[in-house]
Amino acid sequence: MIEPGLETARIREAPLLLTDDDIRRALRRISHEIREQHPYLDQVVLLGIPTRGVPLARRIASAIREHDNTEVPVGSVDVGLYRDDLDHRPTTRLGPTEVPVDLDGRTVILVDDVLFTGRTIRAALDALADLGRPSTVQLAVLVDRGHRQLPIRADYVGKNLPTAVGERVTVQLEETDGTEGVWLERLS
Amino acid sequence: MLSPDGGQTVDILIENGRIVSIGPALSNDALYPEFDATGCWVGPGFVDIHTHLREPGHEYKEDIKSGSQAAALGGYTAVVAMPNTMPAIDSGHIARLVAARGREVGLIEVQPAGAVTLGRQGNELAHLDELWEAGSRIFTDDGDPVADSGLMRQALEYIGDLGGVVSQHCEDKGLSRGGHMHEGSVSSLLGIRGIPPASEDIVVARDIALSEMTDRPVHFQHLSSARSVELIADARLRGVPVTAEVTPHHLMFTDKEIEAGTDPAFKMHPPLRTESDRQGLIEGLRHGVIDVVATDHAPHVTADKEVPFEEAANGVIGLETAAAVVNTVLQPDAAEFFSWMSTGPAGIARMANHGRYPTHGELANLVVFDPNARWIPGTYASKSTNSPYTGLTLTGKVRLTVSMGRTTSSEGQLT
Amino acid sequence: MRHLLSTEHMTATELTWILNMADEMAEVLERPIPKVPTLRGKTVGLLFFENSTRTRLSFERAAKALSADTMTFGSQGSSMTKGESLRDTALTLEALGADLMVVRHHAVGAAHRISEWVDVPVINAGDGTNQHPTQALLDVLTLRKRFGKLDGLTVAIVGDIRHSRVARSNVFAMTALGADVTLVAPPTLLPPTLDEWPVRVAHHIDDVIESTDVLYLLRIQAERGGDQVVPSLPEYVSRFGLTDERYARMSGDSVVLHPGPMNRGVEIAHGVAEADRSLVLSQVRNGVAVRMAVMMTLAGADRD
Repeated sequence: MIEPGLETARIREAPLLLTDDDIRRALRRISHEIREQHPYLDQVVLLGIPTRGVPLARRIASAIREHDNTEVPVGSVDVGLYRDDLDHRPTTRLGPTEVPVDLDGRTVILVDDVLFTGRTIRAALDALADLGRPSTVQLAVLVDRGHRQLPIRADYVGKNLPTAVGERVTVQLEETDGTEGVWLERLS
Repeated sequence: MLSPDGGQTVDILIENGRIVSIGPALSNDALYPEFDATGCWVGPGFVDIHTHLREPGHEYKEDIKSGSQAAALGGYTAVVAMPNTMPAIDSGHIARLVAARGREVGLIEVQPAGAVTLGRQGNELAHLDELWEAGSRIFTDDGDPVADSGLMRQALEYIGDLGGVVSQHCEDKGLSRGGHMHEGSVSSLLGIRGIPPASEDIVVARDIALSEMTDRPVHFQHLSSARSVELIADARLRGVPVTAEVTPHHLMFTDKEIEAGTDPAFKMHPPLRTESDRQGLIEGLRHGVIDVVATDHAPHVTADKEVPFEEAANGVIGLETAAAVVNTVLQPDAAEFFSWMSTGPAGIARMANHGRYPTHGELANLVVFDPNARWIPGTYASKSTNSPYTGLTLTGKVRLTVSMGRTTSSEGQLT
Repeated sequence: MRHLLSTEHMTATELTWILNMADEMAEVLERPIPKVPTLRGKTVGLLFFENSTRTRLSFERAAKALSADTMTFGSQGSSMTKGESLRDTALTLEALGADLMVVRHHAVGAAHRISEWVDVPVINAGDGTNQHPTQALLDVLTLRKRFGKLDGLTVAIVGDIRHSRVARSNVFAMTALGADVTLVAPPTLLPPTLDEWPVRVAHHIDDVIESTDVLYLLRIQAERGGDQVVPSLPEYVSRFGLTDERYARMSGDSVVLHPGPMNRGVEIAHGVAEADRSLVLSQVRNGVAVRMAVMMTLAGADRD
């Protein structure tokens, strides 16, 4: 029973890849692309994947609101119950699953911080299937670091970051961590 | 070597099983094999007046051969075999069978204890004269008490007249009914039904009264309660002819052992009690209120213990570890040690040939015990392995046992 | 946490972890498809050496909501002959592929013993008169949902505490979370020694009826293990039964719990079981969520 946590001091020594400004710009670009693809926005639902996908989804929604004065529904879908690696990790605390509207026939945009192997997104798609039947599902991520293990790609990417497998990309956000940035750590 | 005059460092020359010479720096002209017992105690072979050899009837748990082997490894030259066999030792022919089987195996003397009542049923007296003739000196319904006071009185009078002693398993069945362990904080937390110490104290108090009334001896088996020790101390002050034994496990463990894992290795009857009871037993032994250590060696096959605590059989094996446990817990001097392990029990069992210090001209019946050797019990000659000492470090080890002139075990091996 | 065997040494952190997880599971159970694939491919072995249809159904429902398969051993149905030791049975179930075991047994320590023999997590679903930890967890979950927290609640547990695994489990779970527990029973129904119990004792239900927030009633039997524990059931009712008259005197927000099955007309009056203060059915509902949470928690890797 281990709560995911970060050792802030250790991260401080890692190279900073994205600053708070970079993050802001990346999210603004994503919201812009979403508006381009879905000009009417009325069928779009943003579902963040806890923990950090949820504040990212909220920020994208507020960026859309600033431009279009349109309220896009935001919810969350936790993948803890749908992961396939329970044998390899301790059970962790579950995040919230909150679906604000009926998903049937909607366009759901999943939002996460980092896209890596694709397994989290696979789990999110399974979770989504139990929650409703959207007409389209898309994916928005702040960082795509490569190394996919499944045929999954993001529709909206804040920043592509080439990384090695032995590295870890750590995202911290004001809402969840009290600080803002993306760091690259080398795992020893 | 220990003698009635105290300890001395000597050589002992044994020829054809007989002690032919005792003295400092003997010469070994005949080039007999030598055993270097430097730093060890040499004294009379141990005597256990409370052993369950399980034969006849429960040979899958133990038989007279495997039990004799365990005894030889434990430094014993004689044991008293409890009569709760199938059939019970309640008549002369069964007692003779057990004694003869013991002689046939030839490692120890097996003295059959006789049942007090027929079939250990507690209703009518067993064939006491036959049993006496067959060599029984201790009479007991062990496993059960002689509950009826009138019957107990008759048994005391009759057996006392023969010259034997009634050995009582002290348990008030009304108080112990359904119980599996000491009644106290551990049993309360676990929800296991307990047996209060009063279950023992009541019978001890009653039998003191009966012993006093009849002026016949009563021996109290496997004491577990500090209050019982007080009752006996008081009776002895008044000259009541009562004796008592304590087991190695009641000297070493308390009911806290059960708290951790409800491990049936610690299930026995009477149950392990509290630390203050344990201290009371230790003090009782040190001050002579309790006369002897007896093992209550009670073999059970693994399947009888691979069950939940409440369904497990009572009892532990003890012949191979008793001396070491007593030495570990009490760190006695040699005189106390042999009094508890050999001379005391031989006296209660009226064994003329045991509990005698090595004496010039007699058949050698002796044990070499190293009070400083440390070891960890793990394997046993007994057919059963229900030992609570497995894996514990004990101090004190039997190095050599010579029984009736024959070396029966040496350095942990049967010979 | 490797196994769930007893609440006795559980910390508030561990208890809260499971309760929080149970809240999430309750949300799953309210979804249109009340089933998640978390334990897909896992097999939960249900070893019921003692009959208990309610508890077995609850564990089965929990396992299935997590997509686990179940495999039931019942000593009634199978030939549990003398000679097959508890160990043999447990190792057989493990060899058949149980990834997690739920053990119900009439003897104290059965689940604990099995946990020493097998390499998979073990959940104690009731061992004799010792412990029934998932019952306590569902009870505290029920109370937490009603009152928001356990801290500061006054709980009176009434009845045969001596022979009750429910009472033993609840005393430690409730007090670890800050509740103030009073045991209400005659001495013959209390454990012989309460030295290490963080509780108070009362000998009459009227001593607590007006002040307690929670009245937890236990099933009563006049005779236990050859002992007559109370002179007669009517006499028990007169001192310890929740009658209509006493129910009317309970305070504003107070509630009544019972682990079931109820002896209506004895420890609980006929109408009271269905009355407003009774949380008996919420207890049953919360049982499934709690058992899902426990299975989830123990199924994760690197448990410690």
